[in-house]
Amino acid sequence: MTYMPSLRSREIKIAPQTPISKISPFWEGLKEGKVLATKCRKCGKLYFPPTPDCPECLSSEMEWVQLSCEAEIETFTHVVVRPASFQHHKPYTVAIGKLKEGVKVLAWLTGFKLSEIKVGMKVKLAAKTTPEGELTYEFVPP
Amino acid sequence: MRKVAIIGAGNSKFGNRSDVNIMELAFEAVKPALEDAEATAKDVEFMALGSTGAGAWYAELLPAIVTAEHCGLTGAGLVRCEAACASGSAAFFTAYSAIATGQADIAMALGVEKMREIDTPTTMEWIGRAGSYLWEFHNFGLTFPAYYALYATAHMARFGTTEEDLALVAVKNHKYGSMNPLAHLQNRITVEDVLSSMVIAYPLKLFDCCPITDGAAALVLASEEKVKELKVDTPVWVAGIGYASGTANLSRRQHYVGLEASVLASKRAFKSSKIKPDDVDVAEVHDCFTIAEIMAYEDVGFCKKGEGAKLIREGQTEIGGKIPINLDGGLKAKGHPIGATGCSMIYELTKQLREEVERNRQAPMKNYVALAHNVGGTGHYCYVTVLKR
Ligand SMILES: [Zn+2]
Repeated sequence: MTYMPSLRSREIKIAPQTPISKISPFWEGLKEGKVLATKCRKCGKLYFPPTPDCPECLSSEMEWVQLSCEAEIETFTHVVVRPASFQHHKPYTVAIGKLKEGVKVLAWLTGFKLSEIKVGMKVKLAAKTTPEGELTYEFVPP
Repeated sequence: MRKVAIIGAGNSKFGNRSDVNIMELAFEAVKPALEDAEATAKDVEFMALGSTGAGAWYAELLPAIVTAEHCGLTGAGLVRCEAACASGSAAFFTAYSAIATGQADIAMALGVEKMREIDTPTTMEWIGRAGSYLWEFHNFGLTFPAYYALYATAHMARFGTTEEDLALVAVKNHKYGSMNPLAHLQNRITVEDVLSSMVIAYPLKLFDCCPITDGAAALVLASEEKVKELKVDTPVWVAGIGYASGTANLSRRQHYVGLEASVLASKRAFKSSKIKPDDVDVAEVHDCFTIAEIMAYEDVGFCKKGEGAKLIREGQTEIGGKIPINLDGGLKAKGHPIGATGCSMIYELTKQLREEVERNRQAPMKNYVALAHNVGGTGHYCYVTVLKR
């Protein structure tokens, strides 16, 4: 490429603070090692990710329920080329697992070699606190 | 509703366009589109712009305003449309609607994107955030290739689609890209090249992915009355547009072997245009990744679910096959400047229907019907546009 002159724009730092007050029980649950979902008291629909408002019937009467954590892998990928804010991580595997209760969860899958992972495989969903102190959840061997 | 025609089309050179800013790049599409329509900027009553990177991967925050000023369109009604990678089609639908409803007689759809003004990991970051930032990016760092890789894994497990099948899509699209002077990538590649390229997000490799591209495309649309008044030789009519959407969270999707938004948008487009998949002479489908093209064959209805790989293996989507697809190189080789793609697909089909493209990549015309399938995000949005000469 030939050199093209350009003007460097002024830098801004962006880190929005996403409110989680309405779903704080989920994060509290993770601290206690539980993965929680919400269930609509009006229509009975179960939601993961949890939501304080039911998209099905628009009720905001929700109850928190603990998930069984027994899951089956529906699909997965292994992310080699990572985004800027994940550069410090080694390549990671992401999977979508279907839980016994019917809801699906997207999360990292750890504890397997890539060649061992198969669609249909049984795994366990577990709450986790990262070494940096961040709350998350992941699929692990059952 | 009034009939609407495309009377002018322009497309910039796609590629690494570090020689121009967002306004200058738009100009490269707007000027030829207006010249093609034999119209002036002052004739444009309304302009809808498709662009997604404003303030993120390029600095200008109001691209409709700055491009309009640069191209002499100030004074026209303006809006920016966001439908992720389908923003260009959303802009086209908006401009179409302005005319169909009688609000305007001449309108423009402009798609423009500058994607290479920031570094690649930051681009991966921005695009990875498109979907559900809170639940799928924040803790898990999904990238755009990774979202489609989830679909590839499921499709392979369910239907026996192979990495070689995916590679065939890239080989085909690079072949046509090599014949298109506007394409970003004009090199021909082999299945072996694809299979041996570096893994980006398993099972997708570098050559399964579209490049990061700058580009612009513009279309001038007019009412039937205006077409008659201007004595337009070869108007290309909008026969129908279908649209649909999918959940933000991939975890809320029913399955990972196709995009429900594509199925629904296609059904609606065929219904409104009274056209069947078999009537289509040439199509553009959304091939941001090779798996996306195979799923599109099935979701649009060019074959049954699960038979997409068979279609590419048999060469049915090349010239001479049942339905030639992405004869401009597709997103894969022509490039995918996100907000410009929808308009660029329709630019290509307008030229195909007018039989004005390079001879070696001109589709044979029987019914003079073309279809553009444009997905936004990972099946988050979908627009399907049917055109007829
Ligand atoms: Zn409900």
